Amino acid sequence: MKFAVLQFPASNCDQDAVHAVRVLGHSARLVWHKDGALGDADAVIVPGGFSYGDYLRCGAIARFSPVMQAVKQFADNGGLVLGICNGFQVLCEASLLPGALIRNRSLQFRCENIFVKTIAHDSPFTSQIPEGKLLRLPIAHGEGCYFADADTLDQMKANRQILWRYCNAQGELTDDANPNGALENIAGICNARRNVAGLMPHPERACEPLLGSADGRLIFESMIHALAQKQAALAA
Amino acid sequence: MKAKIIITPKKAVLDPQGKTVQSALEHMGYEGVVGVHVGKYVEIDLAPGTDRAAARQALDEACHRFLSNPVIEDYKLEIE
Repeated sequence: MKFAVLQFPASNCDQDAVHAVRVLGHSARLVWHKDGALGDADAVIVPGGFSYGDYLRCGAIARFSPVMQAVKQFADNGGLVLGICNGFQVLCEASLLPGALIRNRSLQFRCENIFVKTIAHDSPFTSQIPEGKLLRLPIAHGEGCYFADADTLDQMKANRQILWRYCNAQGELTDDANPNGALENIAGICNARRNVAGLMPHPERACEPLLGSADGRLIFESMIHALAQKQAALAA
Repeated sequence: MKAKIIITPKKAVLDPQGKTVQSALEHMGYEGVVGVHVGKYVEIDLAPGTDRAAARQALDEACHRFLSNPVIEDYKLEIE
């Protein structure tokens, strides 16, 4: 599969995302934010970092980059888009995902390993995560506190759009296990159509045992599985 | 000619900065503070002779689309 990894000024997890995709045996290529086209990409990753210095609000300026028009069109056509950390913020600012990410409850930048529980396995981002398996992933953010108004949250629950919630090592969704004060421990979500997802933790930094965890692979493997199914259906 | 925009967090949104400043004010002995909300201030210089109504309309749109995030923030726009 061919992944396009976006690159904004001050993206800093772009190379990590490219590396993770290649470790999984697939191809990845960087796409500069001023490019208006994604080429023949099968999926798009909006990586972490501090695009445009996080000026105004995280992701607020990046969303107006020419490449984001192409991403919107790609998503409208059903293409798979994954936003990680700052990429999640960009997708929320671009209204490709509901809600917003605000300053951590503690006001501190949190850089540590956390656990997330997969809430909905019926998505192209979670289908290969075994039931009951907790993912151990790193986080590194100052503005990862997910917020959505009550109506939006109800709608997201009805559509099973909450993909991951922060939990402790036992899988319990406690307040102590919530690193940023996110509404109902939400770590990651998808859109109603289930082809755009975002999460604050960094699966691309957890794809090799050498890095302390390879749990992040399951998210990329889910995407690759979904793409393979789609291609098989098209070929049939 | 200037446009002055004040952006504040919506009431329903957690405002840890506001809470922290409020508690600092209380610790410093300032009494009667029942709420603090920390937001942003944006000042925009407009070319002399700019049509006020047109500027207001354009900046209102800019506030909605870009300068504030309506999911989490409110804004107040003044042109002087």
